[in-house]
Amino acid sequence: MQTFDLAAEGLRKLNETLHAQAGSTNQTLWEVVNPRGSHAIAVGLDAPIEVTVKGSTGYYCAGMNKQATVHVQGSAGPGVAENMMSGTVVVEGDASQYAGATGRGGTLIIKGNASSRCGISMKGIDIIVHGNIGHMSAFMAQSGNLVVCGDAGEALGDSLYEARLFVRGSVKSLGADCIEKEMRPEHLTLLAELLERGGCDARPEEFKRYGSARQLYTFKPDNAY
Amino acid sequence: MKDDTRHAPRTTPIQSATFSQSINAEIRRAAATGIYDIRGGGAKRKLPHFDDLLFLGASISRYPLEGYRERCDTSVTLGTRFAKNPIQLDIPITIAGMSFGALSGPAKEALGRGATLAGTSTTTGDGGMTPEERGHSKRLVYQYLPSRYGMNPDDLRRADAIEIVVGQGAKPGGGGMLLGQKISDRVAEMRNLPKGIDQRSACRHPDWTGPDDLEIKILELREITGWRVPIYIKVGGARPYFDTTLAVKAGADVVVLDGMQGGTAATQDVFIEHVGQPILACIREAVRALQDLGMHREVQLVVSGGIRTGADVAKCMALGADAVAIGTAALIALGDNDPKWEAEYQKLGTTAGAYDDWQEGRDPAGITTQDPELMARFDPVEGGRRLNNYLKVMTLEAQTIARACGKSHLHNLEPEDLCALTMEAAAMAKIPLAGTDWYPGKPGSGY
Amino acid sequence: MCGIVGLFLKDKALEPQLGALLTDMLITMTDRGPDSAGIAIYGNTAEGRSKLTVQSDEGDAVFGDLAEKLGAAIGAGVGLTRKDSHAVLDLPADKLSEARAALATVAPGVRVMSSGETLEIYKEVGLPRDVAARFEVSKMQGSHGIGHTRMATESAVTTMGAHPFNTGPDQCLVHNGSLSNHNALRRKLRRDGVHIETQNDTEVGAAYLTWKMQQGATLGEALEGALKDLDGFFTFVVGTEDGFGVVRDPIACKPAVMAETDQYVAFGSEYRALVNLPGIEDARVWEPEPATVYFWKH
Repeated sequence: MQTFDLAAEGLRKLNETLHAQAGSTNQTLWEVVNPRGSHAIAVGLDAPIEVTVKGSTGYYCAGMNKQATVHVQGSAGPGVAENMMSGTVVVEGDASQYAGATGRGGTLIIKGNASSRCGISMKGIDIIVHGNIGHMSAFMAQSGNLVVCGDAGEALGDSLYEARLFVRGSVKSLGADCIEKEMRPEHLTLLAELLERGGCDARPEEFKRYGSARQLYTFKPDNAY
Repeated sequence: MKDDTRHAPRTTPIQSATFSQSINAEIRRAAATGIYDIRGGGAKRKLPHFDDLLFLGASISRYPLEGYRERCDTSVTLGTRFAKNPIQLDIPITIAGMSFGALSGPAKEALGRGATLAGTSTTTGDGGMTPEERGHSKRLVYQYLPSRYGMNPDDLRRADAIEIVVGQGAKPGGGGMLLGQKISDRVAEMRNLPKGIDQRSACRHPDWTGPDDLEIKILELREITGWRVPIYIKVGGARPYFDTTLAVKAGADVVVLDGMQGGTAATQDVFIEHVGQPILACIREAVRALQDLGMHREVQLVVSGGIRTGADVAKCMALGADAVAIGTAALIALGDNDPKWEAEYQKLGTTAGAYDDWQEGRDPAGITTQDPELMARFDPVEGGRRLNNYLKVMTLEAQTIARACGKSHLHNLEPEDLCALTMEAAAMAKIPLAGTDWYPGKPGSGY
Repeated sequence: MCGIVGLFLKDKALEPQLGALLTDMLITMTDRGPDSAGIAIYGNTAEGRSKLTVQSDEGDAVFGDLAEKLGAAIGAGVGLTRKDSHAVLDLPADKLSEARAALATVAPGVRVMSSGETLEIYKEVGLPRDVAARFEVSKMQGSHGIGHTRMATESAVTTMGAHPFNTGPDQCLVHNGSLSNHNALRRKLRRDGVHIETQNDTEVGAAYLTWKMQQGATLGEALEGALKDLDGFFTFVVGTEDGFGVVRDPIACKPAVMAETDQYVAFGSEYRALVNLPGIEDARVWEPEPATVYFWKH
């Protein structure tokens, strides 16, 4: 285990050090202490390493992650794991707005609640939230899966494309072109796997599935505003 | 008396200037379809432009440089503020961002070839980075856009600069629209979207809003790329003084300012024609912002929107820009809207020079399309040669003017080398009206 | 475009530290607003007395005999405590509006930052660290306070353009975002006789709340009205004599983090601003919902 004191050594040194682990490193376990809500912690990683952040982070923690596993032992600020390509990011606390924004792969697990715009423009990432999500989540979501064990806020899945949304609790309102869809066996199988990956204590049968009505797919007078 | 009403002179039919034929056609089109017009290209209306400025040249009070012999440098370095590796260009004319999707792969390749031959940079667009473009561009600027189509950290690190697009001149405050006809398998895959659907790109970035958040986004991008490459911020010509100020405060290395003549792949005609300011009106305000911050020439200013000739380039430089970007002009150099395809333009109900339905993907010149047959008409090697030629000519023209003004570097052109032909141009560019020392709004002049 | 911090103390034992805690929070938000900074602090006051916090760039040339001149004008005893470019005038509560009117004649160049029984507002151009140091904010005591760091969008970087804005007796407002209809609203409010000094969008927001409340609305109602009548992006934090409130526009994409413990309720544009608060590790931390008015009172 390598320990990195962010307050003492600074952000540039941290990311430089973690970036240098690309390829065949044998220093696979890292611990970042004193994060104190700092931005851009462990961004752009591209190595099969495990980074544990001992505390809460600011904007864009684990942004554009590839391969690495990043644990936030606190809450995460806006845009955690934004545009993630692969790997895993786990937030023990809550996540602020834009969690997993535009993510293209990998798994983002939020053990607390996620704020607004969770999974905005997601492009293939799997996001699993143990708690609730805020308004405008999965806005323009393109592909991937969003699993919410709690409730969803207003305008869920507005203008979404082919992302699959699974919500166990209530949905305050659905956004434009988002509808409840039939939960078929293949969805239950997929959801079971996602719940297991996310370490959720929930059964697939308890969830409802939401997706695109595909009415916005062709630009026409009725949907132009 | 004979009744001669039949022989009385008749009133000549007069077309209304307000309800012109084209306006009436638009009303009929709207009435028939119930939807606004979508098209590509930039503003087509007549706008105050660089043609309304002239250079004074040298005679007795100033001494010119010898046109063919004496040195007139054209090089420019972009991104000197924070980046470890600023971009060195041989000429101050860059290729503006145009998406793969809007343009074909071979067209992107041609832009890379031409720009590289000419010693300048090209720019990706709203659709990610293609191997054609990266492979053929020695210096490639990677656009970071609201939609983040095809966005990935490997391409980010492969780029020579990153351009955060906040807005563009054709539609400041709006996102683009790529209609389904152009969403081929390859475009769909790059953008993680189903094939054939109409795409509305976002107008705001998904994970930040405003300059205070932008500063943090820039930090993230710099950390991912190790502070190596310059970060540009591109804004449409809306409120250039404030937008430039805030881009600099947020941490930009380079500000890219796009006037309303700037093109787009496809958006609402009403947006293209009615939102934004002509580039002529934007440059001095952006320069004033940089000067007020003590950042003129420290943060470089790249301007675009309707730049066509070496004279336009020289005028931009004289107004205080460090470089220009061309988009539409580059496409025309490649062969877009070429009269040799006139018969085919006629079939599409248009004519060479007026074709703007870039969203439909039926470009006879094979440039703004994803149709394999049409694409095959376009030769990227020849396209690259033509673009290089055109860039060379523009550079020579700009040098000719600079030498005539006694400058051994394009950067030494200054506002005082210009005069204005019209009141509009004088007011917008703050350049004295020809034959006077006055422009409207000049401090102390009382007007 | 800015950084906001706010701290509302439930535990009186923390009151001597209010200024120090707010100063630390404010400086952490420097990146979000390096142009200017300001602080509204709700301190203690004597029974029957009110305060006018005023600003002048001319220092003792103006402040030297200001208390004397103002006292003579209103026929009452006026105290003056100078803090750098600001001074707090202490006067009988029933003479407050008279004093404010008299000030325009007695010292026309002096600008009123705030008025009320407990509120004092200090704001200047410069880095938050420098501004806080000029006014010795870290030594200030009080029950609650709000701070702001500014990155100006479309209006000038001046003292009067800095936040907080005084909206009424003991009331203030800070803003992060950019209003899109402030010009039309400024004209309307001016027609209705509301005094608005700058081209700043936030000043219009503040004047709007003042105007609403002058018409009889409660602060809560005024904030509800703001959700309807103000267009654009905003996170507002407002201070009152006995509490503070938060409201975000319906889109709510400017950041806002709240933390609550048995000792305090805190607001920060970013979590970073809160990390040095006592017991933050165990605080309830959340983000306010869009278009929802939140309020905490003593």
